[in-house]
Amino acid sequence: MKYFGFVWKNVWRKKIRTILTILSVFVAFLLFAMLSAVGAAFTSGADVADADRLVVIDKISLINPLPVAYKNRIAATPGVQAVVANSWFGGFYQEPRNSFGQFPTDPYGYFSMYPELEMPEEQLEAWVRDRQGAVIGREIAERFGFSIGDRIPLTSTIWPMMDGNRTWEFNIRGIFETDDPRGSTLFMLFQEEYFEEARQFGKGTVGWYVIRTEPGANPVEVANAIDAQFANSPNQTETSTEAAFAQSFAKQFGNIALIVTMILGAVFFTLLLVSGNTMSQSVRERISELAVLKTLGFSDGSVLGIVLTESIVIMLIGGLLGLGVGWLIVQGAAQQFGSMLPGMFLSGKAILTAIGIMIGAGVVAGIFPALKAMHLSIVDALARA
Amino acid sequence: MSEILATITGVSKSYRKGKEVVEVLHDLDLEIPRGDFVAIMGPSGSGKTTLLNLLGGLDKPTQGTVVVGNDEISGMSNNQLSRWRSTHVGFIFQFYNLLPVLTAQKNVELPLLLTDFGGKERARRAQIALDIVGLGDRAKHYPRELSGGQEQRVAIARAIVSDPSLLLCDEPTGDLDRETADEILRLLQTLNREHDKTIVMVTHDSQAATYANRTMICDKGTLEHRETA
Repeated sequence: MKYFGFVWKNVWRKKIRTILTILSVFVAFLLFAMLSAVGAAFTSGADVADADRLVVIDKISLINPLPVAYKNRIAATPGVQAVVANSWFGGFYQEPRNSFGQFPTDPYGYFSMYPELEMPEEQLEAWVRDRQGAVIGREIAERFGFSIGDRIPLTSTIWPMMDGNRTWEFNIRGIFETDDPRGSTLFMLFQEEYFEEARQFGKGTVGWYVIRTEPGANPVEVANAIDAQFANSPNQTETSTEAAFAQSFAKQFGNIALIVTMILGAVFFTLLLVSGNTMSQSVRERISELAVLKTLGFSDGSVLGIVLTESIVIMLIGGLLGLGVGWLIVQGAAQQFGSMLPGMFLSGKAILTAIGIMIGAGVVAGIFPALKAMHLSIVDALARA
Repeated sequence: MSEILATITGVSKSYRKGKEVVEVLHDLDLEIPRGDFVAIMGPSGSGKTTLLNLLGGLDKPTQGTVVVGNDEISGMSNNQLSRWRSTHVGFIFQFYNLLPVLTAQKNVELPLLLTDFGGKERARRAQIALDIVGLGDRAKHYPRELSGGQEQRVAIARAIVSDPSLLLCDEPTGDLDRETADEILRLLQTLNREHDKTIVMVTHDSQAATYANRTMICDKGTLEHRETA
């Protein structure tokens, strides 16, 4: 620690060079923060998925509906504890860019299926009593300024009402939230009975079913049993774990994790070349100074440590700045695009990974110059000075 | 001056230059009493600096022993030598070799980073060393803000700050004008006489050598001629 002041002075020896290097590190970690957040958004469904929850969709495509009648048959399947239906409403508030998820569902069934969502009991009861009632996530409430008691119009891109009108009206009866930072509350729930009665077509169908298996039941066996039941029906099913469902949904957009890894790999490889070159130059320029340090009694290990610390400090300055600015951008983007890409956030794991990369990259970039400094012959270096 | 501080016995030093082995010092014996101020003169390539490096533990002899105080430094490992140098010897170079990113005070404090002293104690001792060399008021100045003579004074302060008994000076006035050189030499003389520092100074300058108690002539790897000042 007592060498830190000395290290700090050396870091800023060539200010412009250091600033340029820090800028390259900054950009790399800014990208890391943003891509990590985007990657998290695409995989957040899988991350928050409950291992005991299964999703039943039409075998051909998620957009094909399933009959309402399946609900009781699924519920009767051995190993199934609870079933709740969901559908995609596809509505927006005032204008299309204000899109977010809305799902007609069974109030009690949904909240018992997703215990990670928290809402006061009286709000749930108020929603149940109001057929046009809806509950919204905290993020929706904050984004649009909705509060309990508001009556809001939503225009569905899919579902007209019986009179052909596409604008549906809902009464906000509750606001739910979640403590899990990976979980999104950027959606709205409303009563499936209202949806069933008021929509012009598609009656008697739902989008998909979510199932909770009984404790101890084998999810694979339960899934197979459900699919087997409907194997010869017009609407064959495909049942998978919630995590697998979320992952397959994300993969529709490509292998996001691979793309992110490849981009970051290229960025960090370039970063290592840039910062490694900086450290090499820095050591070359002060061979005689390093020889003087060793003359004064600094051990080989101390000299190695000083050069490595310089390299790590440069990485940490640029990296933490990049991560910080990236975090701000992600926060802003989550507000702006959250409805399209919910779950976009910079996780603690990503931050720790980034700090690990900073230190690791600092070591890799600095190790060869540091070893050169360590093995420096005092006599030769002073003779060249 | 009867107590011997440094003893060199049968020391030879060879370097390999390509396929050729060059012997720089040959079977050299030398005793330096505590409190002595020795000037070593001689032509370029005669082995003066090599002798200084061996006395300071910067290099090891090919043959023979070097004993300073009670320590046989010729048998020490690199790490042992580093520790030894930090407390037993101070170096003064021709081109000062101050670190440009540090102020005079921080340059002087450098050897104290290797001790257990806290920041305040390091600063206090550095200030005392700067006061001794007459630069107490330049503590916050960077090397680029100092003249050559002042830089060399800071280098001397750095050499004495950990209170070593032996100071090794390699052409300490080689880069200075006559007047400044004399100031530096008088300072070294003061350190020798009033602070009991044993000084070994390599120089080409015969006038500089007159400040020493005695002068030795190094030639062709041996101390061929000795004279008393």
